[in-house]
Amino acid sequence: MLTLSWALPLAGAVLLLLIGNADGRRNGLIRWLALVLSLASFAVTLALWARFDASSAEFQFVERVPWIPAFGIDYYVGIDGISLLLVVLTGFLTPIALLSSWESIERKVKEFSIFILALEAAMIGVFVSLDLFLFYVFWDAMLVPMYFLIGIWGYDQRIYAAVKFMLYTMAGSVLMLVAILGLAYLHSEATGSYSFDVVKLYTLDLAPETQRWFFLAFTVAFAIKVPLFPFHTWLPDAHVQAPTAGSIILAGVLLKMGTYGLVRFSFPLFPVAAAEFAPWIALLAVIGIVYGALVAMVQPDMKKLVAYSSVSHLGFVVLGICAMNVQGVQGAVYQMLAHGVSTGGLFLIVGMLSDRRHTRLIAEFGGLKQVMPRLTAAFLIITLASIGMPALNGFIGEFLTMVGAFLWDPRFVVPAGLGVILSAVYMLWMFQRVYLGNVTHEENAALPDLTPREWASVVPLCALAIVMGVLPAIFLAPMEPSVRRVVEQVRSVQPLRVDNEMQNAKFKMQTERTLPQPGEVRRALNPVAP
Amino acid sequence: MFRTDLAAIVPMLCVTLAALACMGAEAFRAKGERMPIGVLGLVGLVGAAVSTVILWDRNAGSFGVIVADNFGLFVTMVLAIVGVLTILFSSQVVERDGLPSGEYYALMLFSIVGMIMMSTATDLLVIFVALEILSLAVYVLTAIRRDHLPGTEAAFKYFLLGAFSSAFFLYGIAFTYGVTGSTRLAAVGSYLSAQSMTDNPMILLALGLLLVGFAFKISAVPFHMWTPDAYEGAPAIVAGFMSTGVKAAAFAAFARVFLSAFEPFKDDWAPVVAVVAIATMVLGTVVGVAQSNLKRMLAYSSIAHGGYLLVGLVAANQVGKAAILFYLLAYSVTNLAAFGVIAMLGTREAANDSLRDYAGLWYARPALAALMTVCLLSLGGLPPTAGFIGKWYIFSAAVSAGYYGLAIVGVLTSVISVFFYLRIVVMMYMAERDGAPAPARLGAVGLAALAVSTAAIIYLGVLPTPVLDLAARSIATIF
Repeated sequence: MLTLSWALPLAGAVLLLLIGNADGRRNGLIRWLALVLSLASFAVTLALWARFDASSAEFQFVERVPWIPAFGIDYYVGIDGISLLLVVLTGFLTPIALLSSWESIERKVKEFSIFILALEAAMIGVFVSLDLFLFYVFWDAMLVPMYFLIGIWGYDQRIYAAVKFMLYTMAGSVLMLVAILGLAYLHSEATGSYSFDVVKLYTLDLAPETQRWFFLAFTVAFAIKVPLFPFHTWLPDAHVQAPTAGSIILAGVLLKMGTYGLVRFSFPLFPVAAAEFAPWIALLAVIGIVYGALVAMVQPDMKKLVAYSSVSHLGFVVLGICAMNVQGVQGAVYQMLAHGVSTGGLFLIVGMLSDRRHTRLIAEFGGLKQVMPRLTAAFLIITLASIGMPALNGFIGEFLTMVGAFLWDPRFVVPAGLGVILSAVYMLWMFQRVYLGNVTHEENAALPDLTPREWASVVPLCALAIVMGVLPAIFLAPMEPSVRRVVEQVRSVQPLRVDNEMQNAKFKMQTERTLPQPGEVRRALNPVAP
Repeated sequence: MFRTDLAAIVPMLCVTLAALACMGAEAFRAKGERMPIGVLGLVGLVGAAVSTVILWDRNAGSFGVIVADNFGLFVTMVLAIVGVLTILFSSQVVERDGLPSGEYYALMLFSIVGMIMMSTATDLLVIFVALEILSLAVYVLTAIRRDHLPGTEAAFKYFLLGAFSSAFFLYGIAFTYGVTGSTRLAAVGSYLSAQSMTDNPMILLALGLLLVGFAFKISAVPFHMWTPDAYEGAPAIVAGFMSTGVKAAAFAAFARVFLSAFEPFKDDWAPVVAVVAIATMVLGTVVGVAQSNLKRMLAYSSIAHGGYLLVGLVAANQVGKAAILFYLLAYSVTNLAAFGVIAMLGTREAANDSLRDYAGLWYARPALAALMTVCLLSLGGLPPTAGFIGKWYIFSAAVSAGYYGLAIVGVLTSVISVFFYLRIVVMMYMAERDGAPAPARLGAVGLAALAVSTAAIIYLGVLPTPVLDLAARSIATIF
């Protein structure tokens, strides 16, 4: 079942490869086939959710087959509440990405669809892998289709952006590869056999010095992907130059692979080092929140503005993870989903404008509300979701991460709060300049409003943004036991490092305070939900 | 008695007979007559491969100087694959460039004989003879196009430097003999481990001289100078042959000599080889970035790959030895296929091997570009390809032997190498064709060989277990 979730898109990609389309005469067929395949994959992910036991913190749908037995490498997949929702998000965004490029991609439609489906397969693979080797394979394999998507179908600076994206990510991830090998080797030292099984490696007792190095190697790889300030410079290039579909997937899913890696690997594998480095990472996250917001404010290009807003929003996610308490991590995962929906939506609509006018400069627009009221309404919903307006999805995530951060170390919350305000400033200011006022450019006077196809891609996003804002319990419930398990796992090791008696007591108090009873968070947020 | 004595040299005999048959066929070929001489070579190589399978696990020995142990047989198999692929890729080239087909195939087969001998020899002098057999044949192959000046120049450079290195190697053998009284690896090894002679300058000198000889053949820094020139001047497919076959054979002998006979001196040579490995990886990738000719680029890339193989040699544990074998196979198939693409895109008049010539190849020849991309991704070490598994295997050997530094240099340089492989991909996919004419018709045989190699690359990347196990079992019999 879980294998199907990533194998189906991959099989679809192979199927498309076999269809002859030399002169583009089967473009229509290929577009529909790719869409149907991606919808089928989405259905598979939804079926996973439907059959997921939300009360359990264990990995579910586990499949395990020996792959390279000499090194203890297994094909080992399984999902818990954290990865379940990210898999669903991936399944949800891929058809939207395909819809967004229905008309804007005319060249090499077949290859485009193949790369999108292959990318989906690799991304889902990343989220479901429980074997570090398998994880790394998917992690690196994902780069290739994304590289081609940016490099072939992107805008003017696409080659530079594509190469930069690839090299940046690889440079980080190869160090992680060395750390992975090191872990497997230490496992063989300790137990006599190699293992890349992350569940087994959680129990490995590592010296603090080793933990520090390995933690850094893993975290740098993930920090580049997130991207955490100051590793973010690839992101504006890649986001801006990618075609709309690429931007949606890049912002919607790819960035989450970094934060997911932090939750799944960096923190639980190396808890002692994580406790040491968490304040510093949180500091970088807060710098990223404020810096991303400030830079976003002055961007003349809408796509670049949205790209920098991602730097800012992902800062919240990292902050929540660093807090390592239930609220913080839950908020972080929620913010990942919310950001996927809202930023995906922003890129989608900016892409629609760019398709119509072939420019993304804010100054080229103005007064669009009079011309295309429906698109404006959709954009407004997504904008408000993105800035964290209550009753929309962004609010829940930001609120929870800030609660978590406050319980951990209130000093980080002040600049983070500033980031929330700034995000309102830059997003609303952009909205004002693009949509309100009079039509300042003649070319804009006759732009068509949403087409049926665009309706089909925008409505699910808006609807989900509202549902996630009003009924967060639907999404919080399945992840809660898993989040609790991760937090307890990390926390249970950390007090050992504190020699000082008083610090120990303080730590204990904090731990008690930060671990509410099951269901408390849900009830606090949503009294009506079960 | 006599028959079992010959068993170990059967693979060599098969290839030798094929080479002689090629020469004979050429003698009977009327001028201008087309004769499928390459097929004779294929028959011989398939014979060698079959006999390799039959000899597996038997540990046959011939004359006390050739041993068909599993290690040697694994390399023999790699060499047979290299030979078959080279001949398949050559079929188009030989006809197009008007090469003397009899001589061409005969020389290639003779050099394969030398390679097989080199990887199964257990006597330093026999290794030297094998080295000369393969080198002389390859020198000539480099200049096989007599009307082509750069080829002649390349062959001349290669020959002069190669002669020097052979002298070094021979000197190393002489010193070894002087100290230990034997050139048999087993005798040298047991003498060295019995005597405590760690500080004997003579043996260190012998080690150094042998190291230089091997370093030249595997084009390790600082003995790599000839590589880019030779590869650029030689026909593309010969360059591919040199970069895979010669390297595989030299590495097999290198590993055998240093990991068996000179194992007691590991503490002396390991740091030196480690430094050479780092220099090789760094120089190969960094200089590779600046190249605009594809053959030179792949020459530097093959230098860098030699560096990765050296990492496995330094690690010298069970994982490392098996990793060398797996890497040799993965690298040989991949690199040969990449050179095969270059060879197929050339014409008699122009080599078409500058980066610019690949602009928009995807639009003109989508399948060829896609296959080339798989090769390049494998060279860059991206999953799910053979190159990734090979690198992962090498670096896990380094890590488990405690050489974290080597592993880190290795992975970082492989990122740099991805940069220049991507330059080719960028050209093929993201540059406009500029009205350049579509490449000439491609040979069906070559395309089929390319498709098979690509399938092998993916297979080794997704299901490496059978070959990994085979490699691990191969090293169990020796060392």
